[in-house]
Amino acid sequence: MIHAHDSLIVRTLGRVLVPLVQLYAIYILFFGQYSPGGGFVAGVMLGTSMIIGILIYGPDSPASALAKRVLHGDGLGLIVFAGVGGLCLIGGGEFLNYASLELPGLELSARRSLGILLTQMGVAIDVAVTAISIVFSLAFFGAEADEEDSHA
Amino acid sequence: MTYSFELPLLALLMITAAGAILVKDLISAVFILGSYSFFMALVWAWLGAVDLGFVEAVVGAGLATVFFLLTLFQTDPEDHRIRRTRPPLAAIVGLPALGLLLLYAADDLPEFGDATSPASIHVSPFYLENSLQDTRTPNVVTSIIMDYRGFDTLIETAVVFTAGIACAALLRRTRT
Repeated sequence: MIHAHDSLIVRTLGRVLVPLVQLYAIYILFFGQYSPGGGFVAGVMLGTSMIIGILIYGPDSPASALAKRVLHGDGLGLIVFAGVGGLCLIGGGEFLNYASLELPGLELSARRSLGILLTQMGVAIDVAVTAISIVFSLAFFGAEADEEDSHA
Repeated sequence: MTYSFELPLLALLMITAAGAILVKDLISAVFILGSYSFFMALVWAWLGAVDLGFVEAVVGAGLATVFFLLTLFQTDPEDHRIRRTRPPLAAIVGLPALGLLLLYAADDLPEFGDATSPASIHVSPFYLENSLQDTRTPNVVTSIIMDYRGFDTLIETAVVFTAGIACAALLRRTRT
């Protein structure tokens, strides 16, 4: 069972760190095509920023409300990834062949670039939600989980 | 080629790996494992796999440490095996022999950075030459894993999803 941390230093540092980590995760996600990084790392960092919030402020604080709401999105990332593949099928190409995404006014290479970005977002959502979900599973194993279950 | 950076790095890798196994306090072992991941990230960066080093630093040193610590809080932070059992004779003789065999086989692997090795003349040139005009993605690693090998990554994402589902199914207490 996780409780809120008492130390003022930790709480203040968390207030600074969490938005910074989230901002960097978004940067990593959208610059994965130009620099090292990508969907997986961005997802882990997004998840980790929310885990930091849970560990510092406790699972019942308003700071953790977003993490709890995110738990409902389990599997959403996979649907985004596979859905982009399905859109490629509808566009007349092979599964996950982003060149056949039905988008007017885009060249083939731009479509593939967009497909990479969309699927990376899918991976990021999937990994972030899974990380938070595993932390909730581990942290509340054997605890009185009734109030948690009503949220999660 | 000098080894002033690589040899201490590899020595630190082995020391941290051995320390994580040998130390009695399991919380210390978790943190030693985290530092091992940081050294491993340096090794990946040295080999040129910056993306992989990134993942190793974030997952191995960050997320895995949190998972291990949460698990230890639920169980017991101390190693209660008072006396470690002696390894059997077959392991003492067999494992070094296996290591020697692997070293002997490693002698036939292509040189590090060899431009004519099979790995760098088969499909890698195609990716390197076509990635930019095909996908407008300067980072070739991203274009390979998300586009050329997209199906592979889709299944990996499914594996991550399955891991989360399995943890929830096993660990979360159902309301009865």
